Amino acid sequence: MSIKAPRKGENYELSVDLNSEYREKRKDAIKRVIASMTVDVSGLFPDVLKNMQTDDLEQKKLVYLYLMNYAKTQPELVILAVNTFVKDSDDPNPLVRALAIRTMGVLRAEKIIDYLCDPLQKCLRDENPYVRKTAALCVAKLYDLKPELVIDNGFLEQLHEMIADSNPMVVANTVAALTDIHIAASSQPSISPNDPALFPISSSILTKLLIALNECSEWGRVAILNALARYVAKDDKESEHICERVVPQFQHVNGSVVLAAVKVIMIHMRGVRREDLIKQLVRKMAPPLVTLLSSPPEVQWVALRNINLLLQKRPDILSNEMRVFFCKYNDPLYVKVEKLDIMVRLAGENNVDALLSELKEYASEVDVDFVRKSIKAIGQTAIKIDAAAERCVHVLLDLIDTRVSYVVQEAVVVMKDIFRKYPSTYEGIIPTLCANLDELDEPEAKASLIWIIGEYANKIDNADELLGIFVDTFTEESYPVQLQTLTAVVKLFLKKPDSSQGIVQRILNTATKDCDSPDVRDRAYIYWRLLSTDPGAAKAVVLAQRPPISIPRTTVAPALLEELLGEVSSLASVYHKPEETFVGKGRVGAESLQRKTDAPDDRFSTQKALQTVAAGQQAENLLDFDDAPAVEGRPSGLAATEVLSHTPAAANLLAGTSSNPLDDLVSIFGAPATPAPPSANSHDIFGGLGVNSAFSSGGTGSLGSPAVQSPSVAVPPLQKNQQPEDDLLGLF
Amino acid sequence: MISAFFIFNQKGEVLISRLYRTDFKRSIADVFRIQVVSNPDVRSPLITLGSTSFFHVRVNNLYVVAVTKTNANAALVFEFCYRFINICKSYFGKMDEESIKNNFVVVYELVDEINDFGYPQNSEIDTLKTYITTESVVSATQAPEVSSRITAQATGATSWRRSGDDVKYKKNEAFVDVVEVVNWMGSAKGTTLRADVDGHIQMRAYLSGTPECKFGLNDKLVIDRGAVGTSGPSSGLADRGGGDAVELDDCQFHQCVRLNDFDADRSISFIPPDGEFELMRYRATSNIKLPLKVIPTVTEIGTTKVSYDITLKTTFSPKLSATNVVVRIPTPLNTTDVDVGILGTGKAKYVPAENVIVWKIARLQGGQECSLSAMAQLTSTTTRQVWARPPIDVDFQVLMFTASGLIVRFLKVFEKSNYHSIKWVRYLTKANGGYQVRF
Repeated sequence: MSIKAPRKGENYELSVDLNSEYREKRKDAIKRVIASMTVDVSGLFPDVLKNMQTDDLEQKKLVYLYLMNYAKTQPELVILAVNTFVKDSDDPNPLVRALAIRTMGVLRAEKIIDYLCDPLQKCLRDENPYVRKTAALCVAKLYDLKPELVIDNGFLEQLHEMIADSNPMVVANTVAALTDIHIAASSQPSISPNDPALFPISSSILTKLLIALNECSEWGRVAILNALARYVAKDDKESEHICERVVPQFQHVNGSVVLAAVKVIMIHMRGVRREDLIKQLVRKMAPPLVTLLSSPPEVQWVALRNINLLLQKRPDILSNEMRVFFCKYNDPLYVKVEKLDIMVRLAGENNVDALLSELKEYASEVDVDFVRKSIKAIGQTAIKIDAAAERCVHVLLDLIDTRVSYVVQEAVVVMKDIFRKYPSTYEGIIPTLCANLDELDEPEAKASLIWIIGEYANKIDNADELLGIFVDTFTEESYPVQLQTLTAVVKLFLKKPDSSQGIVQRILNTATKDCDSPDVRDRAYIYWRLLSTDPGAAKAVVLAQRPPISIPRTTVAPALLEELLGEVSSLASVYHKPEETFVGKGRVGAESLQRKTDAPDDRFSTQKALQTVAAGQQAENLLDFDDAPAVEGRPSGLAATEVLSHTPAAANLLAGTSSNPLDDLVSIFGAPATPAPPSANSHDIFGGLGVNSAFSSGGTGSLGSPAVQSPSVAVPPLQKNQQPEDDLLGLF
Repeated sequence: MISAFFIFNQKGEVLISRLYRTDFKRSIADVFRIQVVSNPDVRSPLITLGSTSFFHVRVNNLYVVAVTKTNANAALVFEFCYRFINICKSYFGKMDEESIKNNFVVVYELVDEINDFGYPQNSEIDTLKTYITTESVVSATQAPEVSSRITAQATGATSWRRSGDDVKYKKNEAFVDVVEVVNWMGSAKGTTLRADVDGHIQMRAYLSGTPECKFGLNDKLVIDRGAVGTSGPSSGLADRGGGDAVELDDCQFHQCVRLNDFDADRSISFIPPDGEFELMRYRATSNIKLPLKVIPTVTEIGTTKVSYDITLKTTFSPKLSATNVVVRIPTPLNTTDVDVGILGTGKAKYVPAENVIVWKIARLQGGQECSLSAMAQLTSTTTRQVWARPPIDVDFQVLMFTASGLIVRFLKVFEKSNYHSIKWVRYLTKANGGYQVRF
């Protein structure tokens, strides 16, 4: 009690009131203390503590609330509260008993813990379920503080017994507590598979959980469903049984229960062999998923991200439901973008007309981002459905007619992909595109148009004239445009050698002498040497047949997809990234990432994982929220990324910008073998909105021949400057 | 699981801060303020920095924020935030900075009660109100025996209802309100792009004891099933004209409804909470009867004028009427003035601040028709900017009408004392910002 507040100021007044002889005045003072908890009122600790012993439940709650917040700052004084706590845990009023045990668990003062065990022991066996359910969670709190106390006191065994409790809420909280302990224990590096803290779901537990599932509260259902998801079924009969028991939960009003049920079904459906049952389950899953679209936007968004995953696994799940994904005018952008993506996934010959008229409508909205994405979606539809390509092209031409700058530019970019997919089909529209040449001011649009001109140079009479415009301003253009101009002019020369000798000389000269990008320079040299030594070889390289492009059916690798579907509704499923990439704690090792590379084409997921881990580590270093000492045993492989924590990359990350130089770095060492997904350029750690760009511009990313680089693969010069780090990352 | 829970005001000041677990310091709130509140570019409700994820929901200038370090269940966290908002609304009548500041003690109590160690706990509003009280929410004295009853209710198999003998009414009554929100998106040509109904059935049960209720709708699947005995499922409906059954795409129920029963034979049986609750929500998309037809003709005359011709028609029976009809007709951003003329009923005026013509009709009888014609004058602009043409939006209410055709067939109440109960059913269809036509 040696701490004396200064004799003036608000704290002093409070302290006087807290010691007042009038009960009401004291209570009022406690309320005021709590109101000012956003500033430091820890100095009032002894005064508040004096008010702990009271019959007034509300006042008791207030004092407890204060204690929870400040016990840590006054560890030596907390001991004074122990007596009251122990007494309260024996109070005839169950609310008081529960309150005492709940509060003791979160005080986190060493001195009080030893006094916690006896009351906890008693409360776990309390006759009142409210006290028992509170005590169950208290065991998890204790494990978080001092695991050995939990094990020594046999609390774990007691929890295991409580799974059979008659009260469903107690069962749910017990399951939550055991799962919490399980997760904490399994994150320890040296855990034996027989550790008592682990919580394997046995078949006898399964039976109990299935019974409790139908009776407990919504949140309890989620906890139980999560536990069911971890159960490994013995045979297909058991899988069927679980699915049948869980399916009714689809009708729950709480969206998280519905998604948790979807998760359990998706996991246990793997074990079901009866085709008719699988069909039935999938059919029953569709309506609740659609209903989630009438939830608040945030829940909707989580649902949409998960529907996106589900569709990658089972494309037929919502085949007749495209219309429900039509965007509403006042949907938030993040919802609209996801809906667009899903609409394209659901597009087929039967509904493409409705889709196109929708997309055209979106293209006239105000939000530039959304408009662009809608136009991209038109391009994807054209590439996905051959029969609809022509209609898509007509829509794009209509949009170009609006002459709105960003609409035209995006439409040109999209047209390039359509030309890639359907070569020599829509040459008739090239004049229209060229007529808009002056409108273009964005590099990607310019580069796309230049690519088209180069590709059809032999059919465009004034190709040399058009390309000449870009050659004249060559040094002022951005690098992607320069690269494209260079390639297009060489193509022109190979197709019309007589008329374009001059222009090719000019550009090769400029590119090798006046250009400051090593990429552009190198490419120019290669062309020059090819042309001078063996024009035939040049033709074979530059005019080579390119592999056809298509829209990938999945945006994540199959192994990762399976893992994410096992985590439906979690953050991982929202981000479409494995958990290890954003739940750091320093236990992310190269091994845990390698685990996912068992499928041959898992390179993408590994890359993405690497990017995020790298980014995540940096952010953590800089923000350093944690008061715990720095994580021990940071895996050696990641040490390389630590070097970078002072680079602009980290600054960018914090500032919320999306261009993270590291992403480019990581993406390039995958590039020679398989071109990196363009998402590497616009990797967006925040909303996860950018995660899907691998899909959205997948068409441009899959260029095979290194000679015909598409603009979106062209990498900014930054990577050259950071070549040393690239080597470091190569350790992986 | 949720590690920390905050409420921020618009300026990013912390109003409420509660750490459920120990993996964060209070200063984590500053990170959110810097990264989200003061960053206008953030459009996603979920942000992960390093291994810390911030979930936020905005409501009336407040940010309700949950923070976690794990691979948390995102749907659960958002649902929890919305539940918290609903609880606050129910306790304080509204949720804004003022109500939080005035009631912070209760808010802290609530925040503590509905979540323990990051795991959401019982958050049924009616139950909470029995033991977390304010001046406006008063409950019985807190004697131990009362508390035992409360705790039994908060954890029991029927956590939503007080035990049998506690509930007594002189007159046993149940009110059922079927409320349908009809969403419609019409194209300029008058075709329907999408039409669906989000319905919910609100019930106020003033029934003594522990009543066992059975609830019946003209659910197509149930009626078909009934007909299966005599004829095939496909012919069953056709025989009886078909029009009286409604196809529900999906139903969701209050936790009192036995989902297993519904899954087995689509029967809706439950022990209702005492007082008002939402019994079920449903969604229907087939055979939607649109109560209002909107026929817009909008022509841009040169670059200086836009002419509007909007006709409204009601399609339901003349015995019913639509009330509170509000039509919002967007005008271009560079509109200077609008001349409006109305044929039929209602009042219309141009609201320059929102760039719309608002046309209000207090009552529109079934089978009636009225129209509005207007001419908007535009200033000439130098920039060639296209007008986004947001859709025309219509809000209205129609009593005793359901757009889906849903009808309550029966509500049976069984109680051991076998009392007589009176049931009331009302229907309401309304449009709520989702009844739109493009032009």
